[in-house]
Amino acid sequence: MGSVRNLTKTLLLGELLTGLGVTLRYLFKPKFTVHYPFEKAPQSVRYRGLHALRRYPNGEERCIACKLCEAVCPALAITIESGVSADGTRRTTRYDIDLFKCIYCGFCEEACPVDAIVETRIHEYHMENRGENIMTKDKLLAVGERYEAMIAADKTADAPYR
Amino acid sequence: MLTTILFYVYAAILIGAALGVVLARNPVRSALFLVLAFFTSAVLWLLLEAEFLGIVLVLVYVGAVMVLFLFVVMMLDINVAELRAGFTRYAPLGAVVAALMVAEIAYVVWVRHLGFDLGGGAPPLPAGYSNTKSLGAVLYTDYALPFQLAAVVLLIAIVAAIALTMRHRTGYKQQDVAGQVAVRKADRIRIVQVEPEKRP
Amino acid sequence: MSSLLAFWQQLSPDLRGFIVMAVEIVGVMLAVIISVAMLTLAERKVIGWMQVRFGPNQIRIFGLPVLKGWAQPFADVIKLLMKEVIVPANADKVVFLIAPLVALVPALSTWAVIPFSPDFVLADIDAGLLYILALTSLGVYGVILAGWASNSKYALLGAMRSAAQIVAYEIAMGFALVGVLMAAGSLNLTDVVRSQAGGITHWHGLVLFPLMVIYFIAGIAETNRAPFDVAEGESEIASGFHVEYSGATFATLFALPEYANMILVATLAPLLFLGGWLSPFEGLLPADSLLAQPSFLWLFVKILWFLFCFLWIRATFPRYRYDQIMRLGWKVFIPLTLVWIGVECVLAWYHVGPWGRM
Repeated sequence: MGSVRNLTKTLLLGELLTGLGVTLRYLFKPKFTVHYPFEKAPQSVRYRGLHALRRYPNGEERCIACKLCEAVCPALAITIESGVSADGTRRTTRYDIDLFKCIYCGFCEEACPVDAIVETRIHEYHMENRGENIMTKDKLLAVGERYEAMIAADKTADAPYR
Repeated sequence: MLTTILFYVYAAILIGAALGVVLARNPVRSALFLVLAFFTSAVLWLLLEAEFLGIVLVLVYVGAVMVLFLFVVMMLDINVAELRAGFTRYAPLGAVVAALMVAEIAYVVWVRHLGFDLGGGAPPLPAGYSNTKSLGAVLYTDYALPFQLAAVVLLIAIVAAIALTMRHRTGYKQQDVAGQVAVRKADRIRIVQVEPEKRP
Repeated sequence: MSSLLAFWQQLSPDLRGFIVMAVEIVGVMLAVIISVAMLTLAERKVIGWMQVRFGPNQIRIFGLPVLKGWAQPFADVIKLLMKEVIVPANADKVVFLIAPLVALVPALSTWAVIPFSPDFVLADIDAGLLYILALTSLGVYGVILAGWASNSKYALLGAMRSAAQIVAYEIAMGFALVGVLMAAGSLNLTDVVRSQAGGITHWHGLVLFPLMVIYFIAGIAETNRAPFDVAEGESEIASGFHVEYSGATFATLFALPEYANMILVATLAPLLFLGGWLSPFEGLLPADSLLAQPSFLWLFVKILWFLFCFLWIRATFPRYRYDQIMRLGWKVFIPLTLVWIGVECVLAWYHVGPWGRM
């Protein structure tokens, strides 16, 4: 009896019709796609996007060229050269991040003893020419200056949980 | 008038395609020229108002036979130079066959139908005449037995081809699809009620 | 206007007939091509909705604030036509460029014998059904030639799969059509529809229901649509036969014939099985009421339903494996159609169903 029922079900495409029923139900369900450029999904304060180099409130660079970030970077995306600046402190003469190599793991941020290198929540950026994927020290500092208020707010919001 | 022009155009294409079958260097291109030749001869049949035969020619030869033909030709790595090596040896035989065929066609066209109006085409058929119906009527009444015999011969050919090429290899893994389809939930899974363990 | 009319009337009747014919042909072609464009949009929309997405919803006709996304197919067409046509270095150039045309011509010329309404058909030929079967079987050449001429392993594999699949399913489809012409007693599509006149119970789809299902599934296989799209098989053989094509050749090789053939299968199914342009309310409502009149609109609604089924099936089922496709075609569909033709013979012998009315 069971085999007869099984055969009938196969011949009448029972399982296939069940599947079609599922897709038909979903056809009328409300859609939950986010209309991306017009609507945006909420972002965490810990979002790891474009990198930035920060300064102290008095305008002094935070980075002391300790090269911990370069050492910890699993993708070898960071290149640092150090030197002595005019005021006799140790500073970087070169600080490059290759955005194509970077895997946005955030280890550089974790490793930094002075909170100089951070990953901001900026994720909408693009390159138009070759070579623009290298974030030089100037570009990183520029990002840091421009978004300092946002970065500071994010770090303060995240501080209690660290 | 238009029919005559069309006839000559398609006849020229047909001859060109037939020459292409023989002369093309690439076997796949030869097969493609053969497709074109079949298709144009189907058009010539349509011009003779034999639409059923013309369409069946396209359906069977172009749509099925030549597809499989192309399939095989594309799969095989045919060495054209090797094939050409025997050309001079078989050329006299080929020439004899070609001469015979030309003679036959000449006999049919000129000797038997002396004064046949080549430009006029077939006489127009009466309105409402159905090619398919009359062909079917003839096939299933007057020629029913030969038709059935031909079908049986073809069936024997199919069975023979399968029987000749069928190999029973050992150690060859195959899925039993019928068994897979017939399987039921009860055959594959066993639902077990597991009691939660009590803390001692 | 009147001078135009006068000019028209002074033309010879032959010439006038020729011009009317040309206009009709161009009209049908344009309608098919625009339907193809809208079908690509409908496909993306319907499959999107079934996957709880929106589908294309940005590009609008001249930026109008309504019908968001409806201009997407036209944007796609413009993009495809502007792109460069790349011919691979070791491809057979002539065959490579002819292949899209070989695919396109049969897909468009089959529309010549399709009756759209009781009195509009381009060529009312006697063996219409056979003509369609012959021309759809020609469509496979575009795929085979494209696959071979590309000189690419993936393309050749796709072409081989497609050839074997189309040859296999054509037999099942042919047997399903044999069932229809046994019931209708004619190969002419207009006559096939006329033989179903007289209310919904006279439609062939009732007596020939298994054949209708098999016809439609074989049609899906014949057009290489999901779940039978192993010829494309992007997860196994990149993109199959059209992997080397780009720009306009891609549009004419892949998009146009595939979608035109889909519309063709979806048009033939109602013509053969669901009464074509006949109204389902025929005999139920008074004969002079608008809903009971046979009209193109009924055919249109039925075509839309079958096209929706195409998209619905694509959104639902995963792709068949190649040997499963072959098994389904040869070992399931062909025996089933033969059995049902036998059933029809018995029905015809005892004058049941459509044979009782004949």
